[in-house]
Amino acid sequence: MRLFGFLLAALLLTLAGCRKPEADVIKVGHFASMTGPTATFGQSTDKGIRLAMDEINRQGGVLGKKIVVITEDDAGKTEEAAAAVQKLITRDRVVAILGEVASSRSIVGGNICEARGIPMISPSSTNPKVTQGKKWVFRICFTDDFQGAAMARFCYENLKARRAAILKDRKNEYSVGLAEFFAKTFEQLGGRIVAHENYQEGDVDFKPQLAKIKAANPDVLFVPGYYTECGLILKQVRRDLGMDLPVTGGDGWDSASLIQEIRGDLEGKGVHFGNHFSPYEQRPEVQEFVKKFKERYGELPDAMAALGYDAARILADAIKRAGSVEPAKIRDAIEQTKDFPGVTGRITIDENHNARKPLLVLQIKDGKTKVVATIPPMETTQPALFRGTSPLR
Amino acid sequence: MDVTQALQLLVLGIALGGIYALIALGYSMVYGVLRLINFAHGDLIMVGAFIGYFVAKSPMAEGLPLPVRFGLVFVSAMLGCAMLGVLIERCAYRPIRHQPRLTALITAIGVSLFLEYGGQVVFGATPRQDLPLWLTEQNPLMQIFAVQITDKHLLVLGGTFTLLALMRFLVLNTLFGKAMRAIAQDMTAAYLVGINVNRVIALTFALGSSLAAASGVMLAMSYPKIDPLMGLMPGIKAFVAAVLGGIGDLPGAVLGGFVLGLAETVVGYFASGLRDAVAFTILILILLLKPTGLLGKGMVEKV
Repeated sequence: MRLFGFLLAALLLTLAGCRKPEADVIKVGHFASMTGPTATFGQSTDKGIRLAMDEINRQGGVLGKKIVVITEDDAGKTEEAAAAVQKLITRDRVVAILGEVASSRSIVGGNICEARGIPMISPSSTNPKVTQGKKWVFRICFTDDFQGAAMARFCYENLKARRAAILKDRKNEYSVGLAEFFAKTFEQLGGRIVAHENYQEGDVDFKPQLAKIKAANPDVLFVPGYYTECGLILKQVRRDLGMDLPVTGGDGWDSASLIQEIRGDLEGKGVHFGNHFSPYEQRPEVQEFVKKFKERYGELPDAMAALGYDAARILADAIKRAGSVEPAKIRDAIEQTKDFPGVTGRITIDENHNARKPLLVLQIKDGKTKVVATIPPMETTQPALFRGTSPLR
Repeated sequence: MDVTQALQLLVLGIALGGIYALIALGYSMVYGVLRLINFAHGDLIMVGAFIGYFVAKSPMAEGLPLPVRFGLVFVSAMLGCAMLGVLIERCAYRPIRHQPRLTALITAIGVSLFLEYGGQVVFGATPRQDLPLWLTEQNPLMQIFAVQITDKHLLVLGGTFTLLALMRFLVLNTLFGKAMRAIAQDMTAAYLVGINVNRVIALTFALGSSLAAASGVMLAMSYPKIDPLMGLMPGIKAFVAAVLGGIGDLPGAVLGGFVLGLAETVVGYFASGLRDAVAFTILILILLLKPTGLLGKGMVEKV
């Protein structure tokens, strides 16, 4: 009996030992679309995160320990995002999670972090729902109510458009939200939405929708989607329907695989998208980051890479300030992030767990981007649509 | 909606329908002989598109005159897929030829999944959009009421009808076609009168697969984005087109393809959210109202 008790105690101790994080490293998880239709999102973010963490580790790490990044691929699928986050938390026992780019997947991953009490920072998910009412989930970028309004303003004021058409991915939270905020502001400014059409991720034929948009005779087309479909849409707009109107989009367009293709006849009367960052900005922080990134990867960083870099450094900074690897303490430290000097601007996490940053409008010409406008941040990140208007809130 | 709009939709619908028709033709070929719904047909489209893509991007295609380049892309995709089709038949379908039909159906789904996920391993899951411009460019040939008709529209239509005529000639007017029809009627009897059943079936698969490859290249040409799952939706929709026209009936498959393409385009215009529902609504309706399809003849169940 005594022997049995001893064995039981030994067993319990071993199990307890397993639960403790390893003493010499700090494990951080990253869930991302490393493959699939949005593969450049995950790959760029991961490159940014690894660049930041390696820099920090070279300078001695955090709390005297090295940071290890464990990347889990969700193949760009919402269902697999949930599994990836579960795996990172239960199998790898990470102390914090970084990810995703796509809002639909960040919402799913965030719900799991919320239930498990693990802090999560999304580098670049812009849909308001990602952080709304969440205790453990943060983001370091602007939100779609701002992005949609900013793009509407750009179309109305800079492009002088009065009739806008929208083509959105109706199953994607990011696309639906951005379309809604764009339409609201564009109408408030005095413009009209003359066509509002839908597609679904994976579609290849957008011609019937575009034929209807063409018939409505808009001054501008807004396509708030991801780069894979947007590239194909742009080709069909220009080549199959022969429309040369300006086409605009959001930060979901930021991928070298789209930008490099846009040249010649695809440019038409202009192709613009709103973004967090441009590698051509002349600020010294940006140029230093671009240099380091180019040295290591041999390519220019996009916004996802810059935001991944900032998110990783904010997380490391929070762990340092928390003085502990306990998830709850890290969470509190992230919440108190103030004036962090990021590559994508000064980052302060506000009471809604969002960051307030300006939006850059980039024009794509000859396969390259150029900043054509900067739109300053709003006073608050509380989603405009929900601000006291709905009796439900 | 004015005349221009209506005409625009007609052109877009026929262009989409032409591709569905070509895929449905391949479905019907194989079904007509074996009574097997080859669910891997959609994935052979994908393989064909990838072969075409690699040949078009290879240094081989450079410097050749344009028609030769097109010919090279089509011929290599069709040959490659024909070989793959024969291999699939030999490894997956022949061993279970005399098993119940459900076994064959499940095997077909297995082959389809194998090609989809094998494709993701071999080609990667990231879609490729960098198809050469000479392959995908739509050169306007004529304009009617501000609606452009391009060379690719004509290529898809011409290809579909040429292949339909060729297949019909093959099935109705050649000895090989006679053997195919004999096997379709009664495999054992065909074997007894000295028809080399294995060879005829393998060749049927080769033909069906090369039709899939041709439609794959045309699909990639019209919608320049290829990935390992690209065949899934067109495959299912073309299956609906084949059922609509009367599965096993070659002109029926083509008719079904055009009806479906037009229906999808019109619904996409008026209610873009409901587009994918069209094919499946048609499937349910045709199964309820006329299960043999528009052109299909009632078939006596064989014992």
